[in-house]
Amino acid sequence: MIKPDRVVSTTCPYCGVGCNLMLHIKDDHIFKVTSPFDAPVNHGNLCVKGRFGYDYVYHPKRVTVPLVRRYLLEGKPKPKGREQVFAVSKDGQPVEHSKISNLWDWVETDWDTALDLVVDNLARIYKRDGSDAMAVYCCAKATNEDNYLLQKMFRAVFRTNNVDHCTRLCHAGSVVALQQAVGSSAMSNTAGQVIQNDVFIVTGSNTSENHPIIALQMKEAVQKHGAKMIVVDPRRIDLVDMAELWLPLKPGTNVPVFSAMAHVIVKENLVNHEFIANRTEGYGEFVESLEKFTPEYAEELSGVPADDIRKAARMYAGAKNGAIYWGMGISQLSHGTASALALIHLAFLTGHVGREGTGLNPLRGQNNVQGASDMGSMPFHYPGYMRVDNEENAAKWEKAWNIETGGLSRKLGLTTTEILSHAHEGGIRALYIMGENPMMSEPNLNETRKHMQQLEFLVSQDIFINESGAFADVFLPATPFSEKDGTFSNTDRRVQRVRAAHPPRGQARPDWKIICDLAKRLESKLGLVSAYWDYSHPEEVLREMGSVNSDYAGITYKRIDKVGLIYPVPDMNHPGTPTLFTESFPRGRGKFHTLDYVPVREEVDDEYPFILTTGRLLEHWHGGTMTRNSSLNEAYPEARVEIHPADAEIHGIRNGDPVKVQSRRGEIVVRATVTEKTTIGVVFLPWHFAEAAANLLTNDALDPQAKIPEFKACAVQIFPARKRDLAHPEVVLDRGRY
Amino acid sequence: MTETIHLTIDGHEISAEQGKTLLEVAREIGKDIPTICFHEATTANALCRICVVEVEGQRVLQPACVVKAGAGMKVQTRSEKVIRARRTILEMLASTMDLSEAPEIQNMMYEYGASSSRFPEAERRESEVIDDNPMYVRDYSKCLLCWRCVQVCADDAQYTFAISFDGRGFDTQIGTFFDKTIPETSCVLCGQCVGVCPTGALKPKREFLLEKGMSAQEINVLNTGRKQRKQR
Repeated sequence: MIKPDRVVSTTCPYCGVGCNLMLHIKDDHIFKVTSPFDAPVNHGNLCVKGRFGYDYVYHPKRVTVPLVRRYLLEGKPKPKGREQVFAVSKDGQPVEHSKISNLWDWVETDWDTALDLVVDNLARIYKRDGSDAMAVYCCAKATNEDNYLLQKMFRAVFRTNNVDHCTRLCHAGSVVALQQAVGSSAMSNTAGQVIQNDVFIVTGSNTSENHPIIALQMKEAVQKHGAKMIVVDPRRIDLVDMAELWLPLKPGTNVPVFSAMAHVIVKENLVNHEFIANRTEGYGEFVESLEKFTPEYAEELSGVPADDIRKAARMYAGAKNGAIYWGMGISQLSHGTASALALIHLAFLTGHVGREGTGLNPLRGQNNVQGASDMGSMPFHYPGYMRVDNEENAAKWEKAWNIETGGLSRKLGLTTTEILSHAHEGGIRALYIMGENPMMSEPNLNETRKHMQQLEFLVSQDIFINESGAFADVFLPATPFSEKDGTFSNTDRRVQRVRAAHPPRGQARPDWKIICDLAKRLESKLGLVSAYWDYSHPEEVLREMGSVNSDYAGITYKRIDKVGLIYPVPDMNHPGTPTLFTESFPRGRGKFHTLDYVPVREEVDDEYPFILTTGRLLEHWHGGTMTRNSSLNEAYPEARVEIHPADAEIHGIRNGDPVKVQSRRGEIVVRATVTEKTTIGVVFLPWHFAEAAANLLTNDALDPQAKIPEFKACAVQIFPARKRDLAHPEVVLDRGRY
Repeated sequence: MTETIHLTIDGHEISAEQGKTLLEVAREIGKDIPTICFHEATTANALCRICVVEVEGQRVLQPACVVKAGAGMKVQTRSEKVIRARRTILEMLASTMDLSEAPEIQNMMYEYGASSSRFPEAERRESEVIDDNPMYVRDYSKCLLCWRCVQVCADDAQYTFAISFDGRGFDTQIGTFFDKTIPETSCVLCGQCVGVCPTGALKPKREFLLEKGMSAQEINVLNTGRKQRKQR
């Protein structure tokens, strides 16, 4: 038995559930993870990532020394044709995923040299091309403090709002819809309240794989508390086993299905008249717009039997406590905002919001995507969702950051997707990436690659050189969750502590320290009045932010030492707010919107007869920077495309056969899993695998309001392929559950 | 409103909420009743019987983890009969299984004066360490069949149902359906079973390898090579 040197309490770095972890440390290594059974979020339960997925911290490929490109040290001009230089190995062969971190063109250096090179180049570009040439990707995996400081640096030093992060690629549709309809954009209730629901809808969320601990609570609600679950999803996900009703809709037909449910609720007079009269506006016009959304019309578009739509509507409307939980199947569409609005309408019609055990609950993906958004890592908002084009808001932050009146930019910044598409002469010239991996997470990666090559200067602050870091000019080695202090805000707005469990490896530094050091050097280079960067501990950063952002005003490290607080926490004695909108909505009345059915941008045809939908797996995390460098990769080592047996038979594909999946934008070769988990005409790919990146295929069409790409539906063709065309023919997934 | 009842524990007259178990009621008044298979997060099953108490008028000793406190009960938590039963249970456990990583049970043995050599003829439950997945190992020589792992894999936590009981009587062991390897089952590798194992029979792979004498550095490079697998 190993006796730990110490046991450190912290928060899981993977999904938005925010499980409480106890890290057992021996000789500065985590050797075991447990969770206290009285943990408020997860009651001692963990998933495979939380319990075993920490070993990426010690992976030999982790970079713990600052790196710069040789041309920078030699004072030479940047070589032309970046791909030739950076993504091809010494012998001229294309770099495969596992060799991306080859160090041949990088030079190890010291922090001063690396930081000064960053300062020189960023300052040079800023002086030459101004604020609009600068952009930053903040990071939903990093702490609130890291994110606050990074957006502060770009806003205060470079005076730009070109600040965004991966929320744009996950729940932007939900955020915009919630802002329009209620004026707030987080889960209205806590995930734990699911056991108080008597009917709940899960849609566009494979909760068992993406928020495993919330799925356990959903199963408990069904099995032990008599709740009825309605699953609306094109895949026969694990939760369907326990569902009362499964509506297998065609990807991209959310609006007709949910509007038809609304149609039934209105026609059968199942509406909550009191709630509509007292809490909402725009009902009359909305009802008129519903006329065309009959269940039969929805059936025609979505393939869901009209009677099942009626049943679902009656169940949800008839519930005492109804709630809706949704994921990216709603938001990642070119009409993601409309999709989310269609769901919000259901809650307005029935009054299933504003009470315990009800609610509008978008399940946020990353451990700290909620927090990163709260910290203003977005192009239209300062911390606390304060619009940047509002004079009063700007004045508050100018005061907080010692900036002359009118100094901060009032211009809305570019979003994640726009930042890269503007990477050209006269557009974005310098990009700073903290932890994100656009070369995996953007749609249509062949296009993204061209944009990355257009950047004049790219800084990567990360723990590995990932697919995006391969394009960087300077690499700053940062720290993972177990090497820094700070806070994460989980999906249900609970702000919890993250604690350093051991010192950083090698010369790696906590992100907040790197940013402060860099900001001070930049200010002195540019001759600016300091916006203040001399923090001695991350808590001071949180306090500075909370002094302007009232949601966090009452949060101190001391108050969240044992158990987190659920914001809004407006003052030091406030106990937190688990249930939102009990009296009113932030915008006053909830607003109904009239909707139309808009098909997905790329529909199937004879040439590309399958709808491809993408998603995530239990064992992996997003771009794979963490999990593909972990023993988790052994548990799920290769990408698989899921295809329905009926479709597989027509195309002569057997389970395990290599197949080529091709769209108008790219192609990949993977093995097929023939399974009834997917529906006829729909194929599914996880997007974690660089050697067979699903996002080479996806469509970069955007939602006009939220700018979120249409990851959930594009048209593809599938052909049998040869085994030797697989990236790693020797690697085979052999798990019974898949 | 729950009804209040009155009973006597070790001579103390106490009142308690109806519906609580003897274990809960005893712990509320600070009485120490030992438990092994009982876990706050799993359904109590009264398997190990270490928590037995003597209830006046009952023919046999009663497991406190499941027996509800009743009105007028007279309970003794440390009578001679109780202590002898607990000592014998511990002695039987010690003579058939490996308790080397169960410090709490070792402490109980010391407290109850249990001798690990009382049953020298006993057949020991021995088996090879099963190392069949990337996350944890299973050493059923250390398993005392407390059920906790099976329960958390089922509807006490994970609703995954990957493991259950195999065999009958003395040969009972925790196993998978058709004796498949863990990766071939419905297992989600959540490790909830590892988290509730009281005896170190289930252990994270990293901890296991460290104990085997591998250095952290050696373990760190383990998952960097692609594992060659046979295609079926």
